Amino acid sequence: MIEGSAWRRWVFFRLPMGIFLIFLLFPFYWMIITTFRPDGELYIPWYRATYKPFWTWNPTTAHLKYLFGETTFAIWMWNTTFIAVVSTAISLFCGVLAGYALSRLNFKGAALLGTTIFVTYLVPQTLLFIPLSEIIRTYSLGDTPWSLILSYPTFLIPFCTWLMMGYFKSVPKELEECARIDGAARWQAMLYIVIPVAVPGILSAMIFAFTLSWNEFIYALVFLSSPEQKTVPVGVISELVRGDVFFWGPLMAGALFGSIPVAIAYSFFVEHYVSGVTGSVKG
Amino acid sequence: MATAAIPVPEGTIIVGKPKWRPLEGEGNLAMLLLLPTVALLMMFIAYPFVRGILLAVTNSKVGQMGEFVGFENFARLLKDPIFHAVVYNTFLYTFVTTIFKLILGLWLALLLNRDFKFKAFTRAFILLPFIVPTVLACFAWKWMFDPTFSVLNWMLFKLGIVAAGAGVNWLGDGDMAMLSIMIVNIWRGVPFFAISLMAGLQTISPDLGEAAAIDGAKPWQRFWYITWPLLMPVTMVVMLFSVIQTFSDFQIVYVMTGGGPANATHLFATYAYQLGVGTGLLSQGAAVSLAMFPLLFGIVIFQLMYIRRVETR
Repeated sequence: MIEGSAWRRWVFFRLPMGIFLIFLLFPFYWMIITTFRPDGELYIPWYRATYKPFWTWNPTTAHLKYLFGETTFAIWMWNTTFIAVVSTAISLFCGVLAGYALSRLNFKGAALLGTTIFVTYLVPQTLLFIPLSEIIRTYSLGDTPWSLILSYPTFLIPFCTWLMMGYFKSVPKELEECARIDGAARWQAMLYIVIPVAVPGILSAMIFAFTLSWNEFIYALVFLSSPEQKTVPVGVISELVRGDVFFWGPLMAGALFGSIPVAIAYSFFVEHYVSGVTGSVKG
Repeated sequence: MATAAIPVPEGTIIVGKPKWRPLEGEGNLAMLLLLPTVALLMMFIAYPFVRGILLAVTNSKVGQMGEFVGFENFARLLKDPIFHAVVYNTFLYTFVTTIFKLILGLWLALLLNRDFKFKAFTRAFILLPFIVPTVLACFAWKWMFDPTFSVLNWMLFKLGIVAAGAGVNWLGDGDMAMLSIMIVNIWRGVPFFAISLMAGLQTISPDLGEAAAIDGAKPWQRFWYITWPLLMPVTMVVMLFSVIQTFSDFQIVYVMTGGGPANATHLFATYAYQLGVGTGLLSQGAAVSLAMFPLLFGIVIFQLMYIRRVETR
């Protein structure tokens, strides 16, 4: 409902919305245009008359060729996907079970454990990365995808658990009780009745966990060292920046292509993602 | 198998000892379900936390376990001028960006809460800064802030704000670099605030606003006396998450400035990284990381208490 005259609509709605959209989306436009712009056009100082920022008439795929031919970008993409998928699966498995236990079973210490998991949800990765890197080395997991697959669940599980607790609480108790009266064991009622009802919640947790692990940076930066083990964010930063020299064309191409998988995953599940964001807030 | 089970004809009722079903007890089942979670969290959160404390009270370097030195690492930090700057920077960074994210996020949420064409589409696009990998998006910003090729300087130049050859030195000057990383942080955080607050707005019944409007309340009065107080619980939780993320931020600073120029933009996490990983002084790095904990803990307790007060009101 937008009331009032045309100028009001412009001043109070269209203009601020337009400015917000430009502010939020311009970096992506800049990423895309840089990816397809030849080097000769990229490196013109901004005060020159020949600086034409917003369009190019000579699009090139040179940066893409460099990115996929000269670097191991494709391998980084595969590593990131593999790590994100496996750690998301582990976290969902743990989070769904723990969420069920904490929200629907009565047992001693349930409240305390719930609070503890919520508190671990608030522990940032940057607090633990130094001792964790020592531990990863002791377990001989350094420079393997398993170092990340096992450590990402530490911030994904608390999130998944928290989100699933909210969903399970909204499933009526009667559903489960009916199944129990018909002779289902407790775990059967959970597996065949409650969990299927909570599928939207699981999808939210899944898409959220996937984007979180795809975007994770500091653990990947500290635990991985050889180029063929790296994830996209770490690979881009270490292989496309040499000292002070930034290869902006391939860098932007890498940024673009590194963002596309999450953007696609996200576009399929926008509604679930949004309810994940808001669910995590409502708790 | 030597001991094959004797087939029981269908329909037979077995009388006698009930089947042993340990999972019918709620406690047992809960224990089993929580086992993987608790095991992983113990191994990769509780244990590292203890290891971190042990590291912080020794003088370990990479590859060599040090000796016990007590609080020497922390005492050194208290005298370290860079650490003082780190504390100041982190609080400033968190405070300023959170205020802006709240104001801009709320504004955007109010805009998004109206009905307009392409609403779902707009909302989907608005979340992009929040979902794409921060490091990769930061490179786009770093390229936009480039001293020689900055498109932002070109815009300011075309608007007549800066002269040719005298553009804004976005990342080269200490204060300016701080402002630049704040802009990027706000850019990344506004979508999260907007979407969450919009969800909060949708739970507020429009009847309240309409009733007030009939009673003659102006739009800003309706906002201030109805929307804002009712939105408070959601606002506080959003702030809680945002403050923790911002306070412990690493990626934006690492990519944009690396803590420079001249340590002007170091935060806890980047300084810990520089000490612990960059120069291999594990213990000192761990001490910097851990120093974050009581501060974060205090902020979280304060906010949780406030949330509880607001919710039980």
